[in-house]
Amino acid sequence: MKATVHVMLKQGVLDPQGEAVRHALGALGFDGVDSVRQGKVIELELAATDKAKAEAEVKEMCEKLLANTVIESYRVEIA
Amino acid sequence: MRAAVITYPGSNCDRDLAVAFEQAGFEVARVWHKDSDLPEGLDVVGLPGGFSFGDYLRCGAIAARSPITRAVIAHAERGGYVLGICNGFQVLTETGLLPGALMRNAGLKFVCKPVDLTVATADSAFTSGYEAGQAITIPVAHHDGNYQIDDEGLAKLKGEDRIAFRYAQNPNGARDDIAGVLSENRRVLGLMPHPERAADAAHGGTDGAAMFRSLAGIMATA
Repeated sequence: MKATVHVMLKQGVLDPQGEAVRHALGALGFDGVDSVRQGKVIELELAATDKAKAEAEVKEMCEKLLANTVIESYRVEIA
Repeated sequence: MRAAVITYPGSNCDRDLAVAFEQAGFEVARVWHKDSDLPEGLDVVGLPGGFSFGDYLRCGAIAARSPITRAVIAHAERGGYVLGICNGFQVLTETGLLPGALMRNAGLKFVCKPVDLTVATADSAFTSGYEAGQAITIPVAHHDGNYQIDDEGLAKLKGEDRIAFRYAQNPNGARDDIAGVLSENRRVLGLMPHPERAADAAHGGTDGAAMFRSLAGIMATA
């Protein structure tokens, strides 16, 4: 079973890297980019076969390590 | 007086921190991250600067979950003193021993230079050797020192006089110019500037030495 975790900075937390990417896009002539937010995608191969159990476990992984919930939010997809 | 300095893979200020503790009169144990116990009878644990675990995932995130850090958390929960400098500060926020988070510098550049700081409180074992409001100069060297905390957390820090140091000229975008914060019991300090790099005349400045001296003074009388 495969899990995909998306980690993003929470709304309202300034993302200096996303802001730098937005400037660089403007410099390349891509006008009309109002904002850029940069995050992470983490893929996990799991031995688990039960989808609900896998999801609960990956959420626990996010809380304990994969995301810093002070500044980041996360979303888990199980496939 | 006994201090321990933790070395994670990628720590690079561990020796300097050990020397600064020794110069202030501490007997220093060097502890490897895979050890699961701290030496007996410790007064203070130092978490050094560097790039623990290559800053993988987030700065300090992996170190915060390593076996020795569990022992450091237990030491802090027993009322022990902990000093986290630079990457050590990042580790402390990742463990939750200190509030807030350290994000990429607002200017996106690695900042490596002496900075002017204001001592925001003299009410802690780490800062009692300074006067509140005193201006000191201590080097910074970091890419992720942009301290962020929510409104509620900031109000709590201010209300409880837990901001230890502020930047005179903010080098990284940190909220409220915060360079270092104390825990609720005032026994855990995290700061981005490197007092151990300003602790000997040969460093070109000695403004950091008072931190180690005041800690030693508190320990000696305790």
